[in-house]
Amino acid sequence: MAETPQEAVQLKGIPQETFQALQERFSEAVQPARYEGVVVPAEKIVEVVRFLRDELGYIFLSNLTATDYLDVKGVEPHIDVVYHLFRMQGGYAALHVEIPRELEKAHLPSVTSLFPSAMLQEREVYDMFGVKFDGHPDLRRLLMWEGFDGYPLRKDWKEVYYEGETKPYRSRYPKGGHPIYAEELSPLKDNIRYPEGWSPQAWDYDEADRLLYERMLSAHRDPDKPLKTDEMIINFGPHHPSTHGVFRMAVRLDGETVRHLEPVFGYLHRNHEKIGERNTWIQNIPFTDRLDYINGMTNNWAYMVALEKLLGWEVPERAEYIRVIVGEFSRIVNHMLAAGFFSNELGLYFTGSLYALEEREHILDLFEALSGARMMFNYMRPGGVRYDLPEGWLEKAKALAYERIPRKVEQMAHFLLDNDVVKARTMGVGVLPPDVAIASGITGPVLRASGVAYDIRRAEPYSLYDQLDFDVAVRTHGDAYDRLAIRFDEIWQSLRILRQVLENIPEGPIVAKKPSHRLKVPAGETYGRIEAPKGELGFYLVSLGKFNPYRYHIRSTSLLNLTALSDMTRGLKVADIVTVLGSIDLTMGEVDR
Amino acid sequence: MYGFGVLKTLGIAFYHFVLTYVDDVKMGFGKRYTPEHLPERQGVEGRGIYTVRYPKERLPLPERSRNHPFLVYIEETGKLKCTACGICAQACPVQCIWIERAKDPETGKPLSYPAAFHIDQGLCIGCGMCAEFCPFDSIKMDIEYENASYTRPGFVGIEELKKPESYHARIHPTDYAREMEEKRLKEERKRKAAAAKAAKAKAAAAKKEAAKRPPDKTS
Repeated sequence: MAETPQEAVQLKGIPQETFQALQERFSEAVQPARYEGVVVPAEKIVEVVRFLRDELGYIFLSNLTATDYLDVKGVEPHIDVVYHLFRMQGGYAALHVEIPRELEKAHLPSVTSLFPSAMLQEREVYDMFGVKFDGHPDLRRLLMWEGFDGYPLRKDWKEVYYEGETKPYRSRYPKGGHPIYAEELSPLKDNIRYPEGWSPQAWDYDEADRLLYERMLSAHRDPDKPLKTDEMIINFGPHHPSTHGVFRMAVRLDGETVRHLEPVFGYLHRNHEKIGERNTWIQNIPFTDRLDYINGMTNNWAYMVALEKLLGWEVPERAEYIRVIVGEFSRIVNHMLAAGFFSNELGLYFTGSLYALEEREHILDLFEALSGARMMFNYMRPGGVRYDLPEGWLEKAKALAYERIPRKVEQMAHFLLDNDVVKARTMGVGVLPPDVAIASGITGPVLRASGVAYDIRRAEPYSLYDQLDFDVAVRTHGDAYDRLAIRFDEIWQSLRILRQVLENIPEGPIVAKKPSHRLKVPAGETYGRIEAPKGELGFYLVSLGKFNPYRYHIRSTSLLNLTALSDMTRGLKVADIVTVLGSIDLTMGEVDR
Repeated sequence: MYGFGVLKTLGIAFYHFVLTYVDDVKMGFGKRYTPEHLPERQGVEGRGIYTVRYPKERLPLPERSRNHPFLVYIEETGKLKCTACGICAQACPVQCIWIERAKDPETGKPLSYPAAFHIDQGLCIGCGMCAEFCPFDSIKMDIEYENASYTRPGFVGIEELKKPESYHARIHPTDYAREMEEKRLKEERKRKAAAAKAAKAKAAAAKKEAAKRPPDKTS
């Protein structure tokens, strides 16, 4: 294969031998896709995914999303459902399933029986595109409420303050002399649609949760329970102080024992992906800061990795060094905060978290001197970074990384890990077996605490990580205590990396070429990912060669890490729910997007 | 031994508590809370009390610190540096900048300054894209952060947005030095180009003269 250049181009997004194996097994059914990967007929998708998983070793279903192709030149209108499967090492296989746009015809078989990680992602595709997955055990809306009319990520859906398909809007310049507020321009009455026969006055809000409660009552019910005790559903949140924002868990309890738990979210949903499609490529960078607002730097970085793959730009060495420095500092911030707030959730109220916040302030001071903001950095640019290091920055960073942080981390590790109360509350609680973790799409420290040494910095090195000397921290029990302890292990590894990069940072340019404010990106699609502090953060981008992305999808770490929450809490006492939730470490800004 | 870990943990908390007073004694009571000691208290070596008593004490801001944008005007002439090219309005991620280009009242030709410039302060996210992409260094990010108000800030126009160049030079010394350097280089280039042009013209004139001369001689 791949004798002509054209064929070689077509085979992006899937390794050659995988494609051959697929062709041998499924012959004509599997065809190269337009940009990346292969197209699989809808009825064969489960079979193909099973073949990839069982015989070719693609054990991670990392990303599952869709794109609505409408009004694209040379393409029949259709919805393209895309699956990104990964092996432990070496590239991904992108599978596309093209299905019609009509609501009654838009359905395909679900792969949840093979990969529980598709549970939430298929629900999201159903919610956003109206694609039904046959055989999904719990196909409800994920982010919008039941009864919401329309499917927000379809191209013909318009948001409330709709002004134009893409930014920049024509009204701003050169005739922007009489500005108008968005709400005056497009009042709710003009652009909101209610389902037929629906009125807000007559609406029974129980209807929105009817499916949820039906699911709550039916799932994991034990008919042979010896004592016929009544079970009770309680709602934990959305404003519970331990839920890291607005997050709700509906829990079915038998006495104090959890029988079933369903996470409910979407309270912070702002249709980030639709905003991303309206924005230009560069305008998306400040928006990524607001996903996981603790780690703005790594969010920027993940977007840049994907965008640079599309652009084919190289990054100068100094910029790579700066990226690694800020990325690892960001990891330290995240893990310290995760450990600190975990102690909050155990009832060690605020002592631990304030120790963490103290160190965070120092690192944020560094970030502020570098980028100009404490949390919303807007720092990275395609092909490099925005600013060079200011004078005296390296000395401050070195003093922090060599002296202060090690001292404080050691104290904090003793404070939390040697504490009998913490041990009693966390050891053996919320055990996540490695096979369940892999199948559920869990990544990052949570996966590594279950004994799976999978770190994208090692599995698929990006930036400088192939030249750096560090270990992948692994713990084996997979309980809440290990998930807490592994964060400290990772901080030590991050400090080790910082020691190497801070000493060896070279002089040179910080950006390959200054990007224009209207950057044109060649047509194509890609999935770029990095090891963010919380796990795999990926961006799936589709470009049609214009100034704006055609599709901009975020494979959100926190959302996927929630997949196994229900399994982890089953059989625990109600007080342990918060322990398990805190040990996963999630940010609602990223879950809801 | 069960219970020992709890004591150890309490010991760490107690250690933190004691450190505050150790530093107080070391520096003399009260002195630690003066502005001169603020960097020390907040620095890498700082051990004890950490908080800043905010309205009384303020942390120094780094130069790149940014908040809302402002427009630079030149004090001598009172004119904005803005040329109404519209790049900031196009680059703005939330599209909160509205510019109207000035027109010559007689001919109707567009002029190179804005007739109106509005920023929706309530919408601005302070990302700094406008300042980054401005080719004329005429929009800059302010460091003023106490912007709380009882009403919605809404649109602000040129009058509220404009600030003198000396203010920009004071809050962004490095950035201003770079601008001056670029300006100097540009002028140098211009001067060189003008000199080269003049020399070229002179040479051409001399050549012309020389070409003219022979017939003069012969005649």
